[in-house]
Amino acid sequence: MFANLDFDVIRRALPYLFYEGMTFTLTLTGLAALGGLIFGTAIALMRLSGFKILGRIAGVYVDFMRSLPLVLVIFWFYFLVPYIGQWLTGASRPISVGAFASSLITFIMFEAAYFSEIMRAGIQSISRGQPAAANALGLTYAQTMRYVVLPQAFRNMLPVLITQTIVLFQDTSLVYVLSITDFLGAASKVAQRDGRLVEMYLFAAVVYFTISSIASFGVRRLQARIAIIR
Amino acid sequence: MIEISHVNKWYSPTFQVLTDCTTSVNKGEVVVVCGPSGSGKSTLIKCVNALEPFQSGDISVDGTKVNDPKTDLPKLRSRVGMVFQHFELFPHLKIIENLCLAQQKVLGRSHDKAVAKGMQLLDRVGLNEQAQKFPAQLSGGQQQRVAIARALAMDPIVMLFDEPTSALDPEMVSEVLDVMVDLAREGMTMMVVTHEMGFARKVANRVIFMDRGEIVEDAPKDDFFGKTRSDRAQKFLSKILSH
Ligand SMILES: Nc1ncnc2c1ncn2[C@@H]1O[C@H](COP(=O)(O)OP(=O)(O)O)[C@@H](O)[C@H]1O
Ligand SMILES: [Mg+2]
Repeated sequence: MFANLDFDVIRRALPYLFYEGMTFTLTLTGLAALGGLIFGTAIALMRLSGFKILGRIAGVYVDFMRSLPLVLVIFWFYFLVPYIGQWLTGASRPISVGAFASSLITFIMFEAAYFSEIMRAGIQSISRGQPAAANALGLTYAQTMRYVVLPQAFRNMLPVLITQTIVLFQDTSLVYVLSITDFLGAASKVAQRDGRLVEMYLFAAVVYFTISSIASFGVRRLQARIAIIR
Repeated sequence: MIEISHVNKWYSPTFQVLTDCTTSVNKGEVVVVCGPSGSGKSTLIKCVNALEPFQSGDISVDGTKVNDPKTDLPKLRSRVGMVFQHFELFPHLKIIENLCLAQQKVLGRSHDKAVAKGMQLLDRVGLNEQAQKFPAQLSGGQQQRVAIARALAMDPIVMLFDEPTSALDPEMVSEVLDVMVDLAREGMTMMVVTHEMGFARKVANRVIFMDRGEIVEDAPKDDFFGKTRSDRAQKFLSKILSH
């Protein structure tokens, strides 16, 4: 069967695959990771705060997000966001936000649930003496978190955060349900158009595998370095 | 300077950790607090800058009531230096950054001023060459001296020490005690939890002995070492002095 494969189709599609597809995939991954980290950290702080109600709300949110298949959330959000926007702004018609904004919001909300658990573990890994020392110097709660606790939590958890981001990188391919042209979407479109499914999907797999492997390798190097510093 | 009156604290409804603690530290005074492990010394000293809340009684520092909900705690704490048993330097910051952080964020000093002050204090504790290192690169004794310098950088009106030498290797104890003795001789008001009776003999005005959450003995240094009255204090003293 390999006799009549045409790998030249890949070469011809490269600019499209990378300039359009991969750019989208990386942008979505980067922004979703950043947003998920910020939002997730806020959730983690809510869960660790002394306020029971805040903690409960955050806990329910995390459990809810983690018990739904991502693809379903993407799908639902795409249809719901316009109505949520309408409800929030009081507009007379559903607000169209576009597939990119919709998928970005979805990924941020979804990843926040996972990042929050990582950051929570990171914050809990820091001895109670650290915030005590910061408070004793006169730093407020917010300053203590900002300058003392979170930087250490982030550093301790960096390998896990990157690993989660690699998963996110692969998961962004699920935006195909919204017919978005991410890397996999672009490969798929070329595959359909030229009738070269085997070549294109093989190539897409190789690309995802390569990028993820390099990132994982980086994580292992990083872990080794952190282990020495401790 | 520090007024502690009738303080009671419970960690849980059935566990009272402090019972009717009353004492004071006057301006320029050095008060040493000793007592068996678990007797509530750390808890008491942490109540002074409100790191630990307490249920009844009053503590005031320089006239400000720490248990008043209206008190600006960060502001009060910035004037009360504290040194911990395990140093608690911020491991992700360089030594000089450890000294500058609160100066800049709490006191609003400029970066240059904070660095100048920090270097001056590092010089004082003999560590100005370590300014660009990270805490983990220093010995325990050096780290504790940095911690003292960090507290002093805030120009505190009083210093609290919670067993500052008990996590140190024996050969490093004296380098930290020397800094503390100097500080005491310069007139700093100090409340020091320690079992270093040599330090107490040298610079303490009064010695407090705690047991099971109570202040059992509170006496001028000479009385304390001369004719300790309570059995419990006597037993404790003979135990630690025999080491
Ligand atoms: N956060 C806490 N929660 C509950 N119990 C505590 C807490 N901190 C200390 N304790 C208990 O309170 C008692 C006094 O502790 P502490 O003040 O640290 O004593 P010391 O400093 O004299 O060794 C001990 O029995 C200790 O186990
Ligand atoms: Mg203690």
